[in-house]
Parts: sequence; C-alpha cells; structure tokens
Amino acid sequence: MNDKLPKWVDVFLIPFINLVLAFLVAGLVVVFIGENPVEALRLLLSGAIWGFSGNGYGYTLFYATSFMFTGLSVAVAFHGSLFNIGGEGQAGVAGIGAVMVALWLDETHWLLVLPLALIASVLFGAAWAAIPAYLQAKRGSHIVITTIMFNFIASALLVYMLVNVLKVPGRMAPETRTFGEGAHLPQIQDMAAWFGLEITASPMNISFFLALLCCWLVWVLIWRTKLGYEIRAFGKSQPAAVYAGISPVRITMIAMLISGGLAGMMAMNTVLGEAHRLNLDAVQGAGFVGIAVALMGRSHPVGVMLAAILFGILYQGGAELAFEMPGISRDMIVVIQALVILFTGALENLVRFPIETWFARSGKGGA
Amino acid sequence: MDFLAIIQLLDSSLRLSTPLLLACLAGLFSERAGIFDIGLEGKMLAAAFSAGAVSAVSGSAVVGMLAGIGVSVLLALLHGLASITLRGNQLISGVAINFLASGLSALVGQNWFNQGGRTPQLSGNQRFSDITLPFADSLASVPIIGPIYSELISGHNILVYTALLAVPATWWVLFRTRFGLRLRAVGENPGAVDTAGVSVTLQRYWAVMICGVLCGLAGSYLSLGTSAAGFVRDMSAGKGFIALAALIFAKWQPRPALFASLLFGLLEAIGNKYQDLDFFGIFTVPVQFMQALPYILTVVILAGFVGKAIPPRAGGQPYVKER
Repeated sequence: MNDKLPKWVDVFLIPFINLVLAFLVAGLVVVFIGENPVEALRLLLSGAIWGFSGNGYGYTLFYATSFMFTGLSVAVAFHGSLFNIGGEGQAGVAGIGAVMVALWLDETHWLLVLPLALIASVLFGAAWAAIPAYLQAKRGSHIVITTIMFNFIASALLVYMLVNVLKVPGRMAPETRTFGEGAHLPQIQDMAAWFGLEITASPMNISFFLALLCCWLVWVLIWRTKLGYEIRAFGKSQPAAVYAGISPVRITMIAMLISGGLAGMMAMNTVLGEAHRLNLDAVQGAGFVGIAVALMGRSHPVGVMLAAILFGILYQGGAELAFEMPGISRDMIVVIQALVILFTGALENLVRFPIETWFARSGKGGA
Repeated sequence: MDFLAIIQLLDSSLRLSTPLLLACLAGLFSERAGIFDIGLEGKMLAAAFSAGAVSAVSGSAVVGMLAGIGVSVLLALLHGLASITLRGNQLISGVAINFLASGLSALVGQNWFNQGGRTPQLSGNQRFSDITLPFADSLASVPIIGPIYSELISGHNILVYTALLAVPATWWVLFRTRFGLRLRAVGENPGAVDTAGVSVTLQRYWAVMICGVLCGLAGSYLSLGTSAAGFVRDMSAGKGFIALAALIFAKWQPRPALFASLLFGLLEAIGNKYQDLDFFGIFTVPVQFMQALPYILTVVILAGFVGKAIPPRAGGQPYVKER
C-alpha cells in the first residue's frame, strides 16, 4: 500500500499500535467510571475462555462466527470503496428468510435445511442491499446514508413480520415458534459426539466452519479472480476503472450483493444455530461490529478472522464482566468498538505519520 | 380534519423539526467547508446526554445546555483532528463518533444514575420551559389568526426560536461576511484559499466547531426541550442522518434547509399522530410503516427524485498543502 514503509510495519506494526492505543483509552474509560481496568481485563478474559461452566470459548466463537460474516461483508464492499453500514438491516431481513425455511422444513433433516436456509438468507440479505446499491450506482444517492436508512426500515419490517405475520397466535412475545430439531444446525457438542468426544454444550455451531470457508472464498474472490480484480480496481480509482472498461454500475451492484449476502449468512448462525426461532434481537449489533472488524482486519480475510475472534472475546467476556462488575454495563463493548474504529480507521495517521518520518530519517525507507 | 387539528399537527411538526433544523445547519457549516460529517447523530446524542445529566445535577437548563455544547464541540474537534490534521477518512471518523456517543452515553448514564441508561426526570428549571409570546392569550379568541399565533407560533421554548433565527443568521454569515466567503471557498477550492494566504486548516477547524455548537444545541433540545424531559438511550434515533438527507435535499442552502427540516418534521408528526391509518376499511397501513415513513421518504428524496444535488466540490477530501 505504501512505498515508504516496509511491509511488516504497514501490515502488523501500525495496526497493532493503533489497537493498543484503542484499548489504553478504553482502560481510561474504565478508570473514569471508577472501576479497576486490570481487574476488568482479567474478568473479561476468563469469561471469554472459561465462562460460567467451562464453555466460554464456545460462546466466544459463536459470536466470532457472526462477526466473521458481517466483517467479510463490510470488507468486500470496502474493496470497491463502498461503505456498507447496512449489515445490521441486511442480517435482520435475512433472518426472516432463514426462519421461513426452517419453519417450513423443520420436520426433515438439517442436511436439507442448511443449504436451503443458506440460499434464503443470502438472497434476502442481498436483496436488502440491492436497493441502496442500485440507488448509489444509478442515482448517486450516498450509500452510507441509504444503508443506514435501510437499517431503520429493516427493523420496522422485522417488527411488522414478527407481530403480524410470524408470531405464534395467542402469544404476546413478538417471536416465531421454536422450530423442530430437524432445522437445528449441529452445535459443537453434537459435532464432537460424531467423533465420540463429549464436551460441554455451547451455541458454537457448524456455521463457524461455514464462516471459515467464506473467509477463504472471499480471499479467492478478491485476489484470485477477474471480478475481484475489477472490484479492487474500481475501489482504487473509479476513473481508471471506467477507462479500463469496467462498468461502475455492474461492480457497485455485484460488490454490494455479495456484501449483503455475506451479512445475511450470519442469520444461519444466530437463528438456526442458536435461538432456533426468530425474535427481535437476532442481530444484536453484529452488523455494526462488522465495520470495526473489517477496519481492524484491514479488509483481509485473515485479518477479519482474527479481529472477529477478538470481538467474540469482547462480547462473551463483556457479558461476564457486566455480571461480575455491575458498574460496567455491556455498553462498554460499543465504546471499545467505537475506539477501535476510531484508532484503526479514522486516526490511523496518528501513528503512521510519526513512523513514516522516523523511517525516512533513519534511512531504512523501502527496505 | 378540522382547522385546530391541522394547527396542532403543524405545531408538533415545528417541535419535531427543531433538532433536525439545528443539525442540518450544523452539517451545512461543516460540509460547506469540505468536511463530510455523518457524526451529527453522535454529537447530538452526546450533547443530549451531557445536557440532561448536567442539568439534573446542577438544576439549571442553561448550565446543562452549555455542557452539551461543550461535549459536542469536543467531539467536533476530534472529527477535525481526524479529518483535517490527520487526513483520515471522514466517513469512518463520523461512524466512530456515532458509536462512541451511543456507547459512552449509555455506559456512563447507567453508571451514574442506575436507571437503565436514562437520566432522572427533569422538571422546573432543569428544562427549557415554553415561552408565551406577548398577546398570545388575548389573541387566542380571534378566528384563524388567533389559533395560528397562540398555538403554532407562540408557546415554544427558546431553542425552537433559536433554531428558526439560526437560519437567517447562517445565511448572513455564509453569504455576507468575509468569514463565510472563505468558509465556502475552502469547501470548493482550498488551493485557491491557500494561495490567497488564508489558512485552510484554521478555516476548516472553525467550521467543524460551529458545527459542534449547533449539534450541541440540537442535542440539548432533545433532552431539555421536549416532552422526554431527560435523556433516554439512543434518543437521537437517526435524526442526525435525516438531517443529512435534509441537507442534501436543501442543496446545502440555509433557507431550503428550513423547509426540508419542516417537511421531515411534518412526516414524523404524521407518523406519530396516525398510528394505524385505515383506508375505508379496505386495508390498514400498519403502525410500523408509519414509523418507518420518515426513513423511507429520506431514501426516496435521496434517490434524486427532486433534482440533482451537487455537493461542495472539495467535500470529503483532505487538503494537502503543496511543497
């Protein structure tokens, strides 16, 4: 990316320092509200690994699965210099698609439900991204604002569907019925049982491996296919891409459809993998976490994977932390997320400028 | 619908458009100077919380408002640091500020007041009370003019009138002062301003600070000037983004900004008033649709069905001084 710096500085050192800064400031926030940051960190880590009954890691990886999907979603759009803030809405709408398949086929087997629900969630997620994409490509309306508006519209749509269409008749709670075993994705303890192992139950499920597969597929797409090259070229310089015969409308649409589809896949994890029904908080901010994950992972699938696991630790550990230290509510996670976006995204040059100067002065530039 | 119902609907539109108008003018200053700001939402929310919290503790709405403005300006300076000095991505900075405000207000609010992220209910001097304009009571019985004056124009709090006055003030500053000329110039052609010996950096910092002050007023209005009477979690509820849409709709001009904000306020008022619209018993428009209506119309308006909106030319680009 940058000729002035050696690659390892660009790829590892600068993001690392930014991350450390973000967590230092987060520590200061903890001090500000009168708690001990070291103790908070200890509780957070032990909660993320052990949790209440030694299965904290399963919850951590369950959350990480959702964040991998939404992180990849933001990352793919980023490569085309499109800022998709609509992951939250796309995943929410995808939940409607996924749950309809599950409710329909819950008498059968998950091997049948998995592919069909996957298709449904991808289609619903992509469809929800399609309108902002079209408006950006054809009418020039800013995708950041339209995707945010679509988040609000999606949440209204979700409430409508749950209250008026999918709700169990006679019940108050705006949620679907719990669907049968046939549509439950195998969780980690079920999968371990296939190999004769016995482990504590946790919501981590087969979607985790689907997410890892998607990381690899996105890598192939972005760096090993013509389409990926076109998306990147379009992202780097639109006039140059147009000159090279790449259609802006086509790339914007395709990149956003893939992005929406990836965001939609997280419904597999939360709806079919864990809750086994659709309720109002199926997404729980994972769409927004995807932005932080993509920025931290520098839009590279490996980075996204690692960042997703880090945020999984924060989510699971944060829940335990909020339980142990009532002074710190779960909103702390949103603060950390904001600080990560701020330091690794917006204030990146805070670290980069001095390091560039230092390398230029010490004559190691371009080494 | 009778005459009085229309007056009441317009009255509630005016109340609902006030934060939109203030935020819209805030965005106008920032974007005219070439700094995109999708962090209006976050600045409003942070200001709403600080104003509510400080007013609850100090017992004075004015002190609360000053705190709200102070916090909003601090966030504006953070955005300035990221986008002017460090030449970072302005969209990402705005997103970060939105999350920061949402997370911190809920975290600190819960930590301080233990009411699920709310501040205590405000009353008396802790809020901005409604001002009855002169003769409002005596004119109320006059037909047509009476209700318009006493119901619609009179009886709002000071921030509503401040917002309305901010429109001509913004116009005057931007189009009739040297400061305004330079502010617009750094948004169109910063190189030219630099050549003329004026600091682009300083000029842009002034713009984001004015933006911070106006967002601070908008946020203070939410917690101190509405019937919420205090801060409620995520109470800005997308108003910052709707204000941005209004800004685009208004093509970055102050007077159209007033009309755009009033339009969005009216939509929200209609959505609040008519929860389940029933069309002659044939079908019912669900309440969720009415709630989503302002967002849907924002998209429709952004889709450019109202003519082409051309943003300031240097918008979103950091200025790098030539060497």
